[in-house]
Amino acid sequence: MLGRLTIDALPFYSWIAMGGAGVTVLGGVVIFVLLTWFKKWGYFWSEWLTSLDHKRIGVMYIALALLMLVRGFVDALMMRSQQAFAYDSGGYLPAGHFDQVFSSHGTIMIFFMAMPFMTGLFNLIVPQQIGTRDVAFPFMNSLSLWFTSSGAGLVLVSLVIGKFSTAGWTGYPPYSGLEYSPGVGVDYWLWAVLISGIGSTLTGINFIVTILKRRAPGMTLLRMPLFTWTVLVSSVLMAFAFPALTVATGLLALDRYLDMHFFTNADGGNMMNFISLLWIWGHPEVYILILPAFGVFSEVVATFSRKALFGYKSLVFATAAIGILSFSVWLHHFFTMGAGANVNAIFGIATMIIGVPTGVKVFDWLFTMYRGRITFDPTMYWTIGFIVTFVIGGVTGVLLAIPPVDYLMHNTTFLVAHFHNMIIPGVLFGYVAGLIYWFPKAIGFQLSAKWGIRAFWCWIIGFYLAFMPLYFLGLLGMPRRMERYEIAAWQPYLIIAAIGAAVILAGVVCMAMQLLVGIKEREKTRDLSGDPFNGRTLEWLTSSPAAPYNFAVIPKVDSLDAFWKMKVDGTAYQRPSGYTDIVMPRNSSLGVIAGAFSFVLGFAMIWYIWWLAALSLLVIGIVVVVRSSMENTDYVITADEVAAIEEQRFNDLARVPRHDTGDPAASPQAAPAPGSAS
Amino acid sequence: MRSLHCIVLVGLAFVLAACGLAESPVLDPKGPVTEIERNLMLETLAIMMIVVIPVWLMAAWFIPRYRATNKKARYMPNWQSTGLDAVTWLVPAAIIVTVGTYVWIYTHKLDPYKTIETESGAEPFVVEVVAQDWKWLFLYPDQGVASVNELVFPSGVPLELIITSDTVMNSFYVPALGSQIYAMAGMQTELNLLAWEPGKFVGRNAQYSGKGFSQQYFDVIAATQEDFDAWVETVKQSGLTLDDATYQELAKPSTAHPITHYASYEAGLFDTIMMKYMHAPGHMHGAVTGVEE
Ligand code: HEM
Ligand SMILES: [Cu+2]
Repeated sequence: MLGRLTIDALPFYSWIAMGGAGVTVLGGVVIFVLLTWFKKWGYFWSEWLTSLDHKRIGVMYIALALLMLVRGFVDALMMRSQQAFAYDSGGYLPAGHFDQVFSSHGTIMIFFMAMPFMTGLFNLIVPQQIGTRDVAFPFMNSLSLWFTSSGAGLVLVSLVIGKFSTAGWTGYPPYSGLEYSPGVGVDYWLWAVLISGIGSTLTGINFIVTILKRRAPGMTLLRMPLFTWTVLVSSVLMAFAFPALTVATGLLALDRYLDMHFFTNADGGNMMNFISLLWIWGHPEVYILILPAFGVFSEVVATFSRKALFGYKSLVFATAAIGILSFSVWLHHFFTMGAGANVNAIFGIATMIIGVPTGVKVFDWLFTMYRGRITFDPTMYWTIGFIVTFVIGGVTGVLLAIPPVDYLMHNTTFLVAHFHNMIIPGVLFGYVAGLIYWFPKAIGFQLSAKWGIRAFWCWIIGFYLAFMPLYFLGLLGMPRRMERYEIAAWQPYLIIAAIGAAVILAGVVCMAMQLLVGIKEREKTRDLSGDPFNGRTLEWLTSSPAAPYNFAVIPKVDSLDAFWKMKVDGTAYQRPSGYTDIVMPRNSSLGVIAGAFSFVLGFAMIWYIWWLAALSLLVIGIVVVVRSSMENTDYVITADEVAAIEEQRFNDLARVPRHDTGDPAASPQAAPAPGSAS
Repeated sequence: MRSLHCIVLVGLAFVLAACGLAESPVLDPKGPVTEIERNLMLETLAIMMIVVIPVWLMAAWFIPRYRATNKKARYMPNWQSTGLDAVTWLVPAAIIVTVGTYVWIYTHKLDPYKTIETESGAEPFVVEVVAQDWKWLFLYPDQGVASVNELVFPSGVPLELIITSDTVMNSFYVPALGSQIYAMAGMQTELNLLAWEPGKFVGRNAQYSGKGFSQQYFDVIAATQEDFDAWVETVKQSGLTLDDATYQELAKPSTAHPITHYASYEAGLFDTIMMKYMHAPGHMHGAVTGVEE
């Protein structure tokens, strides 16, 4: 009846595991009680969970990401404190437990922090930035969200019921095969990745179609804002790369469940096939994550330097080039499998070629600041911190792309330092900057700048302290994923790294303050203009937060930086001659239901509860059939309702001063805005 | 002022870190492979400073100079420059061409499968290596002896390691001597190293392999020829033989396995271990490991 699920699944094996489980359960209970107490379930269900509004879906994605960021960060703190003390002793975490921690940290940070954070930003901004009312497939969008959440839920539940994988976020077989990992841990990882991966594939498809098909009239490809460009390329990568992950994990599931032998040691299985497939997804994945962050930096730099982006076309071309090249380098993750020199050299050189367009981007951001008027908003801090730090990661990346150097540094903490060097300043800083930048657009008021800047300083100092020592530890020959060690020379570095993590903790606290103080002071920073930063792109044309339909009248675009041009021409806030009815997708509970049952499906498969798995699969099937045969999926906002909302909007606008755009024609050597010729 | 403070702090961290690196097996190589790899790393690092330093300088110059409050600075909101645009492509490209050339040359030169040539033209000294949970077994075909967690070989002579695994994937790694390589069941990889001088180093598995992973390290001893011969003698005195039953016992998972010597082992043991995983039809061994010969 309950498969493998017995009372032994509860975490009584260690106090620390019980503590973690306790906090998780308590967190859930507190949310439940609060929602019940304030009678918010109905509101929550009808306004949020079932919403198909891309902006709300975006907010939910980001909420999920922030929650998971905290969870993944706690894992990081546990590892850092363990390694600071584990010289010649077991520390406080026994091996099996430490291994779960690094596995869940990596899995959470990549799949359930970075991916949802990124998808959340896509959802918040892309439709507004390209001047449309919604994404191409609003219901699919909700499905993606709930599949992702269900994967995250599985990882959270593993802390309370059973154990998580110890095979790392990459789950290499044969270690992750049934023979060496017979418990439920790898299955938790597998189902979390499988289910959320399908969500990501759908997101990729959704945004490709949205961007290609739903741009406002006049917005040619070369008039798209850079963030939209990066989202487009990232979505293409998602649609092509995630199926490889689904295949890799799917085959591994067949190995584990049906005793097939794709990747086992025995009966002709070959682990290298998994590793190849995994990185055919995995390498593009790092660009999936980083390109949108590059997009954010591009928007921020232009806005806060009050300048057109330098080398827009170069940036677009570089983005596309990175996207294509990212599929050609996966072998650099296993230079040390014994491939011949030609193979290794070719993949090494292919990897470095990506360094060229990346370098171009860094210069273009710098030249955008040149001869600008820079204001130091918190987003600018994150951007500058990124530029200065990211080049270090770029350099060490090129070093690791040299096969003989990789033979020496592969699998050491040098590698860990390198990828955190890319992924924290490159990805996380970008998303944080994006969140702060677009927060007023999403919620209606600004976050506290004072605490934002404090958070930045803690993060950047903490980052240097936490990760620079790891470069040196790599040179001292320390492999990654060690729960104890016998070499005294490593300890001082690990202590500095732990201090660094503590400083980052202060940064996380400052971020919480940034939000809380922001909420407290919301009346002061409420954004009536919809354009708090004197922005350049179309999303700033809407109100903050935007009406459900974003634009009452779809704007016309005739240049790059369309909104800036409207402001300069004085056409930005003209009253339309009249309004028409607007058709929008109606809320649907089917997405949440499908997501909930995908969670149940995963859970049942993990514990071998076959009847429940079959049942939930059936429910998901029914949901799909019901939804596809539904006819009334829309509702209408009448022209009168639109007029009322817009009237309010114009009243608000009348209460705030207009931004000064200067007169570009008055500046010496004024060049035509880039892209305006095309 | 606060930013200055931070720069000082970060700088201090660097200086602290720079001390204590004397113990780095990578920065203080004991053989030609690590030495070339280290030099390659430092040289390319220096080349890449051609991009990094300008980025830092430009950041330090543009950001304070073009702050909005500095009304003296020139403001050109639509400024573009085709020439500079080209430079941003050409400089990184030039660097990658240079480093790419290095990659081609040194990847061939340092191919782990390539036998190391010495002036004396010595024949390579062969050791067969088997990764187990969580220890390393070394077989000496020419001496007929075996040892666990202790790799002893003559210094100054090229060392040729033939590597496989009797468990999950491991990575054989001796940082002081250079290059690591995966050990995989049913597959054979090869690693050629050389130690200039007698000495004792640490070797370990670099690929996470389960509970005992952190304690899966072993002694690597480069010995003079006499010391090596003497070592073989003591191993032969050990009285233990690695027959089939002993091997089955040894292959069971164990953590922090003590150094163990076997006076003899069953002939062809390495191949027997490989064959365990190669019964299946259609298992293309050469293509799998990428061995090109
Ligand atoms: C916020 C501060 C962070 C700290 C202090 C931190 C710390 C660590 C530590 C100690 C490890 C284990 C290293 C080892 O194998 O010995 C690790 C691994 C890892 N981290 Fe982080 N991390 C942080 C943020 C992130 C972020 C933001 C991401 C991704 C978005 C990330 C992704 C990973 C991945 C993928 C691994 C590899 C896990 C594995 O070995 O399977 N980390 N991190
Ligand atoms: Cu890669």
